[in-house]
Amino acid sequence: MSQRYELRFSGSGGQGMILAGIIMAEAACIYDEKNAVQSQSYGPESRGGASKAEVVISDGPIDYPKATAIDCMLALTQEACSKYFKDIKDGGILLVDSDEVKELPEGNFTLYSFPIIDTARKELGRTITANIISLGMITELTGVVTHAAMEEAVYARVPKPFLDMNKKALQLGFEKARELKEKKG
Amino acid sequence: MAGNKVKRLIQGNEACAEGALYAGCRFFGGYPITPSTEIAEILSVRLPRVGGKFIQMEDEIASIAAITGASLAGLKSLTATSGPGFSLKQEGIGYACLAEVPCVIVNVMRGGPSTGYPTGPSQSDVMQAKWGTHGDHPVVALVPSTVPEILSETVRAFNLAEEYRTPVFILYDEIVGHMREAVTLPEPGELEIIDRAKPTCAPEEYHPYDTNYDVPPLAAYGEGYRFHITGLNHREDGFPTNDSALIEEGIKRIIDKIEKNKDKILKNEEYLVDGADIVVFAFGSSARSARFAVNKAREKGIKAGLLKPLTLWPFPEETVRKAAKGAKAIIVPEMNLGQIIYEVERCAKGVEVAGINRVDGEPINPAQILEAIEKFS
Amino acid sequence: MSATTAAKKKLSVPFDYDKYLRPGKLPHIWCPGCGHGIVLKSLLRAIDKSGLTKDEICMVSGIGCSSRTPGYVDFNTLHTLHGRALAYATGVKLAKPELNVIIVTGDGDALAIGGNHFIHTCRRNIDMTILVYSNFIYGMTGGQFSPTTPVGALSNTSRYGNIEPVFDCCDLAKASGATFVARGTAYHTLELERTLLAAIKHKGTSVVEIIDECPVYYGRNNKFKSVTQMMEDIEKNGTVSVKQADKLPPEKVQGKLLRGILHQVERPEYCEGYEKLIAKAQGKG
Repeated sequence: MSQRYELRFSGSGGQGMILAGIIMAEAACIYDEKNAVQSQSYGPESRGGASKAEVVISDGPIDYPKATAIDCMLALTQEACSKYFKDIKDGGILLVDSDEVKELPEGNFTLYSFPIIDTARKELGRTITANIISLGMITELTGVVTHAAMEEAVYARVPKPFLDMNKKALQLGFEKARELKEKKG
Repeated sequence: MAGNKVKRLIQGNEACAEGALYAGCRFFGGYPITPSTEIAEILSVRLPRVGGKFIQMEDEIASIAAITGASLAGLKSLTATSGPGFSLKQEGIGYACLAEVPCVIVNVMRGGPSTGYPTGPSQSDVMQAKWGTHGDHPVVALVPSTVPEILSETVRAFNLAEEYRTPVFILYDEIVGHMREAVTLPEPGELEIIDRAKPTCAPEEYHPYDTNYDVPPLAAYGEGYRFHITGLNHREDGFPTNDSALIEEGIKRIIDKIEKNKDKILKNEEYLVDGADIVVFAFGSSARSARFAVNKAREKGIKAGLLKPLTLWPFPEETVRKAAKGAKAIIVPEMNLGQIIYEVERCAKGVEVAGINRVDGEPINPAQILEAIEKFS
Repeated sequence: MSATTAAKKKLSVPFDYDKYLRPGKLPHIWCPGCGHGIVLKSLLRAIDKSGLTKDEICMVSGIGCSSRTPGYVDFNTLHTLHGRALAYATGVKLAKPELNVIIVTGDGDALAIGGNHFIHTCRRNIDMTILVYSNFIYGMTGGQFSPTTPVGALSNTSRYGNIEPVFDCCDLAKASGATFVARGTAYHTLELERTLLAAIKHKGTSVVEIIDECPVYYGRNNKFKSVTQMMEDIEKNGTVSVKQADKLPPEKVQGKLLRGILHQVERPEYCEGYEKLIAKAQGKG
């Protein structure tokens, strides 16, 4: 893959979108031996507001660090979805939280809608794991990094006391995305 | 061995802190300012671990003053800031130029003027770096465009500061400062480290501005050389003078020590520049967009190339002159309303020079550059 | 030789100022009648008594008449920017805590353009001795009013009488956290020597305000007939020793500046604090 593969993680500040971007980039460039660049844009607020992180992955050198035509985007809030979906390229993927994003954007991309935050709350008891579930889902949906690389990247980043919870979250993400894909057929 | 090296995904500002520590920096004086704060935060943790000192001063002016004082006491010193702080530091920068005190000043460029756009990227301080402080003075400014480059250029900045006894700037935009890329941390001994020359003469014979040298050795306070440093024009013994010949001689010497050694200070990266019809002259994150555009142009059969300076000051005059020969046009994308373009024009007489500019806090898009390349091809 | 004769003989030996002065750097730039030279002599005697070697002292100054002092003395010396002496000195001291750092600064330098550095240096309680030469005027720029110019006084920028209230340097230092605060004058030279010695010996930020006279700008503007009259009116009669103040009736103290050590407490010193921080960072703390 000498092509650029572009991902955008969006939501509101405090949802761990930047961390998700970092983990995706680490999975690619530390554990999968590809090149990756992670960048972000942010406002003055640390919590709330629309937040996004972008990751560009390639086998070759990566020049422009920002998204040009997005291959896969995650949106955990309506605001982020509406604000950022326009850069998704034809044939790209959009994954949204089905409870949060009610106004679904239209475009020439594959849309996956799933109650990510609610799953985090119900299955793991912590909504903060929504970003790790998302990483599992995106890994499964895109294949841009291997499952093994993503597992290593997540395990290296999360604090020890939360390791089990995040292991579960990631596996849950792989699983739920597989089911979604099968449904789409 | 290579397999054991640590590869880490780190932020540009983190790479700057790593580079500083690698170079032997043992003193940081700073004041919190977006988007440079990570450098201070990291060094506040890491410096004391190696016996170094971190101090958060009461303001930006105090920060440049403190690092100058620490450097005179013998420590390699750093401060990091952004536009508003860079403005405030200018008088202290001039002092370090005239007093010939090695130090490194990082400016993570954000939108201006004034408070401007603190979280948005910009490249609008490049002329301030050249002319910000009053009076004629030498300027050395490095402009990395990738995270690994921030690390290596920070090491180079310290080396240049020490070798030439002068302040050295590292200028990069917020995009490069905050983005993350994989960096293989250099092992001890892998990169060259230069320390300032110290006097070997007897203390009573020591002159801190000895004209027998291009760059006179610098003693440290408290080591038996009881020398005098002042921001007044001075004689070679360091004491003030009103002698017009000595004043001019002194100012010329601090500029000449950089001019004479330009070959050793300049560093450029040329990508497909040989025989190129269209040359893009770009630095910092704009150089990344430019390289992307150059590749796209080549795919379309256009002979485009990228000239990327890593040393912006002194300006790479000869390199631009050479690249301009035979080129149809030079394109200068910069996140400001036109600053470096005039330097390029000066060196590329007879060749069309076109700027691409934006100050909206967004990076220059590769498509904008490609469009310009196509227009002039 | 009897004890008395020995003492007399000792007294008669002139103090060797040359030991501390850089050869060939005099005459100084100070005007006839200026108090700065008298203060320098008290300072050099205090340094001599402190037992510090010349290599152990780093003298830092800002910009102004008094700030030219480092050029004349044979220490590690640093003449910096207007107002910034304390910030440069902080860098020197933290980088090399074994140096004994003495700052020479004036009322405008320390309290106006350098006010922020002054209060924060006091707050940190970094072990340095700050001498604020206060002569109520900007001398080097030709006689403009400063933060210590009395209300009503004339200067070249207060031709209708100064309307700005004064900063009390010692109150400011104490409130900001300095752990040694004192005042002396150019008139009381032996007392000043003792005060400066105590200031140098104190661990922490020491501030000594030294009232002296600028006959050329402050004196002429405010109708003082002579330097002697200035010294008597301002330094001798305008001040009272803190030791005597308690014993005197209130009317003899009112409106006068107190001399001597006004405040001295112990509080953790910055560089020592930083050494502990290093130990903690290295897992030794």
